[in-house]
Amino acid sequence: MKALCWNGKNDVRVEDVPEPKILNPRDAIVKITTTAICGSDLHLYDGYIPTMEKGDILGHEPMGEVVEVGSEVTNLKPGDRVVVPFTISCGNCFFCQKELWSLCDNSNPKASIAEKLYGYSPAGLFGYSHMTGGYAGGQAEYLRVPFADVGPLKIPEELPDEKVLFLSDIFPTGYMAAENCSIEGGDTVAVWGCGPVGQFAIKSAWMLGAGRVIAIDEVPERLQMARDEGKAETLDFDDEDIFDKLKEMTGGRGPDRCIDAVGLEAHGATIDALYDRAKAALFMATDRPHALRQAIHACRKGGTVSVPGVYGGFLDKFPFGAAFNKGLTLKMGQTHMRRYMQPLLDRIQRGEIDPSFVITHRMTLADAPAGYETFKHKKDNCIKIVLKP
Amino acid sequence: MAESMRLAGEAAGLVSPAEETEGGNKVQSAEQSTGGHPVNVSEMERWASSIGGGALAVYGISRLLTNRSLGGAVLALVGGALVYRGASGHCEMYHALGIDTAAGSDNPNVSVRGGRGFKVEKSVTINKSPAELYSFWRNFENLPRFMNHLESVQVTGDNRSHWVAKAPAGSTVAWDAEIYNEKENELIAWRSLEGADVDNAGSVRFESDPNGRGTIVRVTLKYDPPGGTLGKLVAKLFGEAPDQQVEEDLRRFKQLMEAGETPTTEGQPSGRSATAGK
Ligand SMILES: NC(=O)c1ccc[n+]([C@@H]2O[C@H](COP(=O)([O-])OP(=O)(O)OC[C@H]3O[C@@H](n4cnc5c(N)ncnc54)[C@H](O)[C@@H]3O)[C@@H](O)[C@H]2O)c1
Ligand SMILES: [Zn+2]
Ligand SMILES: [Zn+2]
Repeated sequence: MKALCWNGKNDVRVEDVPEPKILNPRDAIVKITTTAICGSDLHLYDGYIPTMEKGDILGHEPMGEVVEVGSEVTNLKPGDRVVVPFTISCGNCFFCQKELWSLCDNSNPKASIAEKLYGYSPAGLFGYSHMTGGYAGGQAEYLRVPFADVGPLKIPEELPDEKVLFLSDIFPTGYMAAENCSIEGGDTVAVWGCGPVGQFAIKSAWMLGAGRVIAIDEVPERLQMARDEGKAETLDFDDEDIFDKLKEMTGGRGPDRCIDAVGLEAHGATIDALYDRAKAALFMATDRPHALRQAIHACRKGGTVSVPGVYGGFLDKFPFGAAFNKGLTLKMGQTHMRRYMQPLLDRIQRGEIDPSFVITHRMTLADAPAGYETFKHKKDNCIKIVLKP
Repeated sequence: MAESMRLAGEAAGLVSPAEETEGGNKVQSAEQSTGGHPVNVSEMERWASSIGGGALAVYGISRLLTNRSLGGAVLALVGGALVYRGASGHCEMYHALGIDTAAGSDNPNVSVRGGRGFKVEKSVTINKSPAELYSFWRNFENLPRFMNHLESVQVTGDNRSHWVAKAPAGSTVAWDAEIYNEKENELIAWRSLEGADVDNAGSVRFESDPNGRGTIVRVTLKYDPPGGTLGKLVAKLFGEAPDQQVEEDLRRFKQLMEAGETPTTEGQPSGRSATAGK
């Protein structure tokens, strides 16, 4: 089959690889009908996440048709249409039973690597380095889904792929980011990053009772989408001093809730951002937390900073004193997918949201390498690319 | 005890570049023991070492890099399948099998006597009842399902069993063992019998978590390395990170008990697959 393989920094290729087989009784094989490229994939493409290997198949936002199930999978059958969440969860451990699905104890076959870096291992993830299991990903014609009796969500026939595909990651991710804010009626929510995750965080903030949403980015068409689709006020971080502007817009108090939907590759031209770039380039620090610093600095006293943006390692000049002395609440993590997929599918079915609004590009899997370049450099007004195998 | 060794390792630790390289090897061997492809070690090292030696100890990352720093004799543990480089001379190490109700270190019935051999202790919390875990473990023929270095265990009598462990170059090490102490749903203790290739003993305890969060499983394994060539062979067999190997065995036990299977990627496609073409 064809699959998109990582071959090194800025080097992904569509290659012929064997088709996946059932390896465990709780596996299923899904024939991919639609899949997508995520901002998280860019961290791999840019070489920011360690423990990648040449030949790894990428992709963690897939959906398709079940073609085969293992002996222990009784809730799915060949022919079922499913969305596959990017986190892999056993359903039986302490963490799964607390609905902390992305922290499953039993789904990472290479947990010892993650334990060395983090103390304890999070769940296995599709197509996201060997630290989270080294599972082959979904930018391919077929995908092997472990613990398939737990993760995949069945999709009713009448809903087209594009309306439900983002239940695999970014819609739940944006939603959990807003939920983690513990929004109180009338709160001002500031969202750093107007990529796909930021766009869903904006929509979700409204769903959860925000009084006002302010979105921050530098890419005009993304800010435009935040205004048009997200009904947010927007700030361009190239033009404005974000802290001063947010302070002024909130009558001197600061936003109540701040969401970092940027992650470890934040851009910026302030001194700390340049310093991060230099340090990361010299490999003295692993992450560039410019947006996160700014969110902590700008957040009002007693507010919440919610971090869906991915971080991998060690952050330099992290303003912990500001977080401490302002009594902030920090919430973060990979999304606990299974908690959100069904309720958000219900919202889609009720017509409250059509997640396909973020799609700007449709390509074949064969064109995925060009897609990575387009998405990375935000060429051609690219915001979200979906791929058809 | 394992903890004190680890701390000693950290203190001794990790500053020389040579050790860093070996730390990388350790990652690789741990990786191989889980059956996957070796990770991109040089990148991992670079990543970890970017933080600097001093900070590493603080972050516990030192465990990546302290492979050889524990020094001392090689400690191997067959059956649980492990080798441990431990500091000798710690009296605590020679406690009996970690069981209050069981034989003490001076008990003449223990295969690996006090004052000889080495011991590794590990624990894991499993979301199952003591009874479920006990009954799975009590059938020793199940052990090779999660102890990777065992080829087979055959139950030969009420309390007797025959163990075969994998050794280098396709050879095997074998011994007979007996259960000499057990308490239903609480404890199983076994030891090798006279004439074993490698004297060893082990115990497992199952304790209900007092707050109802499953069962705490505590495993103690002791091994008396033979001298000479066989000892070296066994040491080689169990590699560089023995405590990690026991940890991996216990992890697989937990996975098997909780999830009904152990997660794997072995046999999945990648651009590295033999039949992959461009
Ligand atoms: N927590 C999870 O489970 C999860 C799931 C999916 C994605 N993510 C992460 O969410 C983040 C966003 O994903 P995405 O798909 O939207 O990615 P993306 O790369 O498309 O979007 C990031 C956006 O941030 C903007 N940006 C960069 N620096 C900024 C700054 N200093 N201030 C404000 N905006 C800035 C960029 O211009 C871009 O529009 C990534 O880190 C991704 O890995 C996390
Ligand atoms: Zn994603
Ligand atoms: Zn689990």
